[in-house]
Amino acid sequence: MSLAEKHAAEVKKILAKYPPEQKQSAVMPLLHLVQRKNGHVDRHAMQEIAALVGITETDVAELVGFYTLYHDAPAGKLRLQVCVDLPCALRGADQFLAQLCESLGIEPGGTTADGLITVEPVMCLAACDRAPMFQVQGPDGIAYHENMTVDKTMELIEAKRKEAKK
Amino acid sequence: MSHIVLRHRDLPEISNLEVYQKNDGFAAFKQAVSRMKAVEVIDLVKASGLRGRGGAGFPTGVKWSFMDNNNWPHYVVANADESEPGTFKDREIMERNPFQFLEGVAIASYAVGANAAYIYMRGEFWQQAAFLDEKIAEMEKASLLGENLFGTDYALRIYTHLGAGAYICGEETALLESLEGKRGQPRLRPPFPPSYGLYGKPTVVNNVETLTNLPLIITRGADWYKTLGTIDSAGVKVFSLSGRVKNPGNYELPFGRTFRQLIYEQGGGIIDERPIRAIMAAGASSTLIVADDKALDTPMDYASVRTLGADLGSASVIVIDDTVSIDWVIDKTIHFFKHESCGKCTPCREGTYWMQHIVERIRSGSGVQADVDLLYSVAKQMQNKCLCALGEFSTMAVVSGIESFDKDFKKAVGKK
Repeated sequence: MSLAEKHAAEVKKILAKYPPEQKQSAVMPLLHLVQRKNGHVDRHAMQEIAALVGITETDVAELVGFYTLYHDAPAGKLRLQVCVDLPCALRGADQFLAQLCESLGIEPGGTTADGLITVEPVMCLAACDRAPMFQVQGPDGIAYHENMTVDKTMELIEAKRKEAKK
Repeated sequence: MSHIVLRHRDLPEISNLEVYQKNDGFAAFKQAVSRMKAVEVIDLVKASGLRGRGGAGFPTGVKWSFMDNNNWPHYVVANADESEPGTFKDREIMERNPFQFLEGVAIASYAVGANAAYIYMRGEFWQQAAFLDEKIAEMEKASLLGENLFGTDYALRIYTHLGAGAYICGEETALLESLEGKRGQPRLRPPFPPSYGLYGKPTVVNNVETLTNLPLIITRGADWYKTLGTIDSAGVKVFSLSGRVKNPGNYELPFGRTFRQLIYEQGGGIIDERPIRAIMAAGASSTLIVADDKALDTPMDYASVRTLGADLGSASVIVIDDTVSIDWVIDKTIHFFKHESCGKCTPCREGTYWMQHIVERIRSGSGVQADVDLLYSVAKQMQNKCLCALGEFSTMAVVSGIESFDKDFKKAVGKK
């Protein structure tokens, strides 16, 4: 089933936001839709999006490469993205990332053995007063978790594991 | 004093439409649409002295008056890309005081004759975008958006639009490219957005905090607004305070309070009472200010901060104490700008790349003094040569850090 058929209501809602002759603007929200539903954006999805808004597959691919929230390869179902920029790092973000990865037995950028969690260091997320913090990118969109500790994070991951098994 | 932008601090339920309306909500938009000509709104905002709160500090009313009235339609775009390390004020405004922000968008739209406005939000603000979509729907239901507003023929729609993780999209022409569905790379300017903006049409791009000031300026007047702040910098500013302070957070203050007041009175001072070393007044884009008594007693307004050789920018004050060395600080800022460089112009793309390699060598302990000199030289050569401000920003902490904190670098290269 095509993207437009599978998510008809959402695609229609996205296209309605922009002037009819400016359909290309819809490419970003359509990429978000695919990223959220599939966990990454593959070549087939790029072709579909390109056809929907009237641009080439290359035009779409260059956006996937340019913007950090679109991923062209699968990873963990949930991407746990830890801010390690200057203000967060002044409040222990680097140590937080290192300890979290140690607790999970992975390197930064790596994925847990069950395929649920990928931990990635990222740039500033506009939450500098509540470090250490991270966002979780997954099928439900993006959610912030602030003033975190490694223990609290491991609890959150356990809860997500239970949820995933259901 | 009660808050003007962060009004939710005094009225916690202000994100409820009824509560907002009971507290004069949408009175300003109604007053503008039903009783003022667009040009009168522009003149009032000009007279208030309101300047852009995103970093550049350009007078808002003057920007609006540049709109090309021979080319239609017009657009308003709210810049909610908030990605500068150290900046987290627009997020709080949108989460807690959404209607005042949306009313600001509506007033700006009326003033420049726009019937459609887009809110360009950084992609990470997923939840905030869903929240604003709800608030926009409530406004439509209450006939505060749509056709024939307040019985006139004025019509307005507001749409949210999510970016997808790119600092450069805070630059207004890169933002417009991104909103058009392209890579967020800055355009060659001129032409500026008021003559050639979204879809090639005249467009005003204003920061979230700037827009949120508008409703109270309309209802209370330009003279009232000018009683706040300084002659050069009218009104209030939301200062995002972060780094090695006890109480980081947003603080709304009139322009002209000192760094000492912000850091020690509002922020509670430095963690563990350690000595303060440096201040970055405009996030990662800042010059590193040596935090001596002169700097701490400098008023925080556009002109005064400039006397320190720095800029107030978006007023994202990052505080640095003696637990870290400055070569570590610039390692962080360089990595940020290297990652965020859009790659369009050579000085920025290549310059940030080489700065990163050199600073990594220095940090690894295998650097020599010539590496510090080379780093300084690369940064200096980038200045005044980049297509947009990002390239320039990447050099600020590097140049000022090496100039003002030379000892840290000597120590870093003496380790081996």
